[in-house]
Amino acid sequence: MARRQKRSWGATLTIVPFWVLVLGAYVGTMVWTVLISLTSSKMLPNTQFVGLAQYTRLFATERWNIAVHNIAIFGVLMMILCLVIGFLLAAMVDSKIRAEDTVRTIILYPQAISFIVTGLVWQWMMNPTVGIEKAMHDFGWMGFSFDWLVTPDKAIYALVLAGVWQGSGLIMALMLAGLRGIDQEIWKAARVDGIPTWRVYVSIALPMMRPTIVTAVVLMSLSVIKAYDLVVALTSGGPGLSTDVPAKFIMDFFFNRSNIGLATAACTVMLIFVLVVFTPWFYFEYFREKNGSR
Amino acid sequence: MSKIATDLGRDAIIAHREAASGQISVSVRDLVIRYGAQTVLDRMSLDIGRGEFLVLLGPSGCGKSTLLNAIAGLLDITDGEIWISGKNVTWDEPKDRGIGMVFQSYALYPRMSVEDNMGFGLKISGLPKAEVKARVAKAAQVLQIEALLKRKPAELSGGQRQRVAIGRALVRNVDVFLFDEPLSNLDAKLRAELRVEIKRLHQDLGNTMIYVTHDQIEAMTLADRIAIMKGGIIQQLAPPHEVYNKPCNLFVAGFIGSPGMNFLKGRLAIAGDTVAFDIGDLRIPLHAYERSGGPLVDGAEAVLGVRPEHISLGDAASGDDGGRRFRTPGRVEMVEPTGADTMLWSKLGAQSVTIRVSADVAYHLGDTITLALDLNRASLFDAKSGERL
Amino acid sequence: MTMATAHERRPRGPKPRRLTAGRIGIYAFVAVSCLFFLMPLYVMVVTSFKTLDEIRMSQIFALPSHFSVEPWVTAWSSACTGASCDGLKVGFTNSVLITAPSVVLSILAGALLGYSLSLWRTKGSNVLFGLLLAGAFLPYQIFIYPLVRIYAYVSLYGTLFNIITVHVIFGLPVMTLLFRNYFSSVPIELFKAARVDGAGFWRIFTSIMLPLSTPMIIVAVILQVTGVWNDFLLGTVFAGQANWPMTVQLNNIVNTTEGTRAYNVDMAATILTAAVPLLVYFVSGRWFVRGIAAGAVKG
Repeated sequence: MARRQKRSWGATLTIVPFWVLVLGAYVGTMVWTVLISLTSSKMLPNTQFVGLAQYTRLFATERWNIAVHNIAIFGVLMMILCLVIGFLLAAMVDSKIRAEDTVRTIILYPQAISFIVTGLVWQWMMNPTVGIEKAMHDFGWMGFSFDWLVTPDKAIYALVLAGVWQGSGLIMALMLAGLRGIDQEIWKAARVDGIPTWRVYVSIALPMMRPTIVTAVVLMSLSVIKAYDLVVALTSGGPGLSTDVPAKFIMDFFFNRSNIGLATAACTVMLIFVLVVFTPWFYFEYFREKNGSR
Repeated sequence: MSKIATDLGRDAIIAHREAASGQISVSVRDLVIRYGAQTVLDRMSLDIGRGEFLVLLGPSGCGKSTLLNAIAGLLDITDGEIWISGKNVTWDEPKDRGIGMVFQSYALYPRMSVEDNMGFGLKISGLPKAEVKARVAKAAQVLQIEALLKRKPAELSGGQRQRVAIGRALVRNVDVFLFDEPLSNLDAKLRAELRVEIKRLHQDLGNTMIYVTHDQIEAMTLADRIAIMKGGIIQQLAPPHEVYNKPCNLFVAGFIGSPGMNFLKGRLAIAGDTVAFDIGDLRIPLHAYERSGGPLVDGAEAVLGVRPEHISLGDAASGDDGGRRFRTPGRVEMVEPTGADTMLWSKLGAQSVTIRVSADVAYHLGDTITLALDLNRASLFDAKSGERL
Repeated sequence: MTMATAHERRPRGPKPRRLTAGRIGIYAFVAVSCLFFLMPLYVMVVTSFKTLDEIRMSQIFALPSHFSVEPWVTAWSSACTGASCDGLKVGFTNSVLITAPSVVLSILAGALLGYSLSLWRTKGSNVLFGLLLAGAFLPYQIFIYPLVRIYAYVSLYGTLFNIITVHVIFGLPVMTLLFRNYFSSVPIELFKAARVDGAGFWRIFTSIMLPLSTPMIIVAVILQVTGVWNDFLLGTVFAGQANWPMTVQLNNIVNTTEGTRAYNVDMAATILTAAVPLLVYFVSGRWFVRGIAAGAVKG
């Protein structure tokens, strides 16, 4: 580490409160949550140790299994669609179109607004009696059906649609930055070589953008796991449990069902999942230079 | 209709002339490149002979890369025509122009092996696999990179990468190679090495090569002809020795040579047939100078350019050489050894001059010396226009 | 030369641009995408100006036959959120009261910690940084319940103080990251020169590093204003009913209404809630993109 400096009292005194904060608010609460999950806590936390009984109950809870199933479908679809649409949009914006700035502004504005807003607008538009379906019928397309929001086995797609609408702009921005980061001379070399533009994107640019794509996938999966606001605003988890997700499951069991033990067990499962899946990436992304492998 | 007819007529004449001479490989005609209000190249015309090695040399922003990219077809031109191998390629895609190009940043496709990098264009164009393989193998042999064919660009050194980039141009079997500052990203030692390599390649292949650089050593060592550019205009287009010895204006004279040419400011003094150059009280007779430019006017401000190695140190009494050398006393004001040579600073009149001397003789501050200016190899410029006189 | 080419213009100057199928395809795709992204905004706006009768009669894409500002007035001052009927203005005030101090405090904290971590490297600073980052990646649910208990224990649960400090805590990772990366890119010579001149920890921070970090501060403000304003989860849990931010109130207005839904009021309320972040977005332009890129890529 070239940057190691002489100790300073100012630095030490500054960093101590942050240590307290991080150890208390992050580490402490996390450990606390895990500990509660090992007890028989119901409405209030208690100290009666029950081992992994809460986990056994959690995995036997149908609602939890549905929520996990839903988030998997939502996550996979969301990621594929956002990546494909985001990349296509980035490639289009990159191909010297007119009014590039305007197009970019339009694609990215959903990024600025709350998931609650997104959820409510799409709820309104996908309402079969007054929304897009009715509009299409009024235009004369009577066979048109757009009832995802009220059909249990399609409601998850409604969630995906709203998610893609809000999220693909960010992916586009990331991909565009990735594309713009590619050496202009590579494009020139490819033109001299006579490689068609689409082929340059597929065979040369896309492989070069692997780090960008990894970043995009990580970001999206994190936001998928956290998905809560959008579900609450768009479907409230319904119809039935068809759009329930783990984050909502946990909030309900904490604050409505007053089943702290089960909720903390679900939190712990989430925690373990995130740690197992993202720690390697996380380590690679932020600490690799420490090992001198640059 | 008549416009087309005359155009076609002109075409035929040009084509005929070229077929007859068979000499011109690349021809740039009245090329204009403008970005908004800014004109980068203004009505430039340039013919490059078959098998010629032409170097485009100039400071950054002089338009040399723009010219090269225009020849390659990589940017939109505003007006003019570009001909390659007797064919008007102005509207042709780069791949159809019969060119290969090498870039400063190598521009290798990072996720492909060396082999795939070199063969990708050929593969896309639909060439049979065996033919692609054969051409790649041939190029790899010429460039001595056969051992690297399976590697990825990231596993190669800068020099090796640039060889691969050259190989990618080579496999295209084209007449014209374009180089855009190919050695600028390499360190000094590798640069010298690859310079020799490129020269050897040119001797072996005999292709037309157009080479952009801002490095005058590269230009001097590689070029058959150098085009020195400034502000989108070719200042001088001539073989290296001529550019060096008979620079056509002050810019060229100052740009070429390191350390730079000594510029002595003074006035012309003309009396009858004898021409002299006055620097303060010092009168330098110029009858040994070969005039090549405009008329000499008595009393006009002028600049006398003398390269550091064209000032020798001798004693005042050494033999008569018909007035070719002008001798004047001086004093060593600074000594700068550079290894092979030593640079001395002295005064001529009130003006500083640099002298290149052999490193074998030791000089010290304050030594009294005699400067002998070789006027036969000096250059005289008009102070106002900067043109050679 | 064949007869066919004889009638073409001799190639000279710029190549004539032909509209190729590919080009048309690109523009078609871009146009359809723009329509897709703009559609909800358009629907929101037109719906918010319609009367309820018209909403039932016409369809969502139709322009209002006569503009009614009534829904906007209702949304702002008298829409019901279940318990009370004071409109969104209460939520707006709350959001401002929450956002302003949260933004200032979290940026100050992030800048200070980022500065300490990037240039001073006290013992274990890498561990601290790692823990913070983990905090940024983990879902809030993991920390929420114990935090509720802690705030309740000191009788601060459900207060303005509660929600503001929670925003500062959860905003810290990204803010720290932003400033740590920024200060790491400052030439270390500048820092060394200041040390040689005798400046200490605070002096270097206030006189050299903070003035240098204006661009980062702008990015951080954009990021935090939109982030805190758009928050829903933390607001529901920690703010307490009296301090519910606009997002929570909006959701209550729309999703807990009983009887007939006033879609026009709902949409007016939705636009009102989105107005502040959208304003930030359109005013900041490229800065916003920089902000989400910096916050997203590294957070």
